[in-house]
Amino acid sequence: MSLSNALLTGDLNQLPGRRDEDWRWTDLRGVIKTAPPRSPIDDRVLAAGPFGSLEGQEILIINGQSSAGLELVIAPDTRQVVRLRLVSTTDGTSHTVAFKVKLGAGAELVLLESHEGLADGYISSVDLDFDLAEGGRLERIVIADDGAHAISVNRSHVVMGPKSSFSQSVLTRGARRQRIETVLVHPGAEAQVEMNGVYLLDGQRHADITTSVEHAGPGGVTRQLTKGVVRDQSRGVFQGRILVDAGADQTEAKMGHHALILSDRAEVDARPELLIHADDVQCAHGNTIGALDEEALFYMCQRGLPEEEARSLLIAAFVDEVVCLIRDSAAQDCTRTWISDARGRT
Amino acid sequence: MLKIEGLRAEVGGTEILKGLTLEVPTGEVHAIMGPNGAGKSTLSYVLTGRPGYEVTAGSAELDGEDLLALLPNERAAKGMFLSFQYPLEIPGVPALTFIRTALNAQRKARGEADVTAPEFMKLVRLRAGELKMDFDMLKRALNVGFSGGEKKRMEILQMAMLSPRLSILDETDSGLDIDALRIVSEGVNALRGPDRSMLVITHYQRLLDYIRPDRVHVLAGGRIVASGGPELALELEREGYDKYAGAA
Repeated sequence: MSLSNALLTGDLNQLPGRRDEDWRWTDLRGVIKTAPPRSPIDDRVLAAGPFGSLEGQEILIINGQSSAGLELVIAPDTRQVVRLRLVSTTDGTSHTVAFKVKLGAGAELVLLESHEGLADGYISSVDLDFDLAEGGRLERIVIADDGAHAISVNRSHVVMGPKSSFSQSVLTRGARRQRIETVLVHPGAEAQVEMNGVYLLDGQRHADITTSVEHAGPGGVTRQLTKGVVRDQSRGVFQGRILVDAGADQTEAKMGHHALILSDRAEVDARPELLIHADDVQCAHGNTIGALDEEALFYMCQRGLPEEEARSLLIAAFVDEVVCLIRDSAAQDCTRTWISDARGRT
Repeated sequence: MLKIEGLRAEVGGTEILKGLTLEVPTGEVHAIMGPNGAGKSTLSYVLTGRPGYEVTAGSAELDGEDLLALLPNERAAKGMFLSFQYPLEIPGVPALTFIRTALNAQRKARGEADVTAPEFMKLVRLRAGELKMDFDMLKRALNVGFSGGEKKRMEILQMAMLSPRLSILDETDSGLDIDALRIVSEGVNALRGPDRSMLVITHYQRLLDYIRPDRVHVLAGGRIVASGGPELALELEREGYDKYAGAA
């Protein structure tokens, strides 16, 4: 059951909906009533994307079509920076894409992935497969900049070898319905996983960050920090599942989700889940949802900051904790610029 | 000159200030002393415009300008500064960034140009040095994880950087040991001048050994019930506030 299957077969019964436990807050059945036509081929020349100022190879996929193939292979013991741009350009149409990324042993990749909505309302379904061989290192930075009326699902499946490292930072401003899902099988074996996220939502935008990590072997480390800010009638969803299999001893997993709700009609739904079947593990999760600190706001205004500027500074500082975790410093600067622009547009 | 006349104010429907009248001429330092619950902190919040404090009667002017009609940040730009009894923590915002942003916001409101980064850094280093503050502390998020004494020094540093015309010091001595009290007081005294006024709110006479006031007022029951010279503070220290309990 997935958006991709529904779009490829035209069978809307394949759509996940609120009766599916994992999709109860991101209902697609209710918003897709008829199968939309396929998006056309579009070979226009595009302006630079959000990572355009950074060096590296660019892979461009417009409306699900790519002239450069749908696989990226990084040879063993080499390093690459790649900009993967997934662009949607047409209203009222739909497209799917499946893309594979393979890292050879000891290979290193900085993947700068942008989902760019140049139209307002489209349906996009992206499936990504990541395969990291022993000692492979992947830093994936995702900027999801979909149109306000788009329906967008981005699902990733990650398989890791021993001593590999997967570090992910997702930044999104949501869409009419948007889900960014990462399913990962952690081998333990000195492999490291970091999965962080920021959602900044306004209007009627919806963003769902869902992660699932299965610790299948001993000695694995997972760290997660997601922060969100919702205003107007927007809705943020965070679902984080960590499953520690029997025998996956010495697993160390830590998950945090913290959200600010800035209006009465905005909503945040959070479901952190730790399922532990091993004895000797260190697992923890923390989840907070609150408002901006009004006393701190008054303090800042007393020093001369106009209230809007004070709010803005507090919000920027709140999410910057996640941005600071991005390892690639040039990408860190790009994401700060994008966040500042995204907030300026709202 | 700060001029307050017949000021009445409520918090949550309870009247706290009940017709307070007070004048602090430019260049003078006045102390306000009084028992717990007299309305000392309320006065400081009403003057600086904290939400939730409703003025029901009276007026408050700074150099002839109606303070009560202005937003908190506008009052700050006019030269009002409140050193908080419990300074707030601002996570994620380095102290240096905060002070510079505040300074430039005030300058912008007054139609002045931004202070440049080198000018700012030079001045803030100088002032932090005078207050014997570790400069690395200024790179940390404002007040997060600071001790009570460090927070109070940070308040005085901000005061020195913003050079306000009227400073209200709300129990700046609370939480300070003797050495910190001396350093903070020296910082405050350095800011005294013919064009600046201060309102020092305190429970204890001790602070006034270091910051010598021109006048001392007793605030009880939401009004100023007695005023005098520095000797009034000594009298209060000896005799307590009992004799003013009925005066309000």
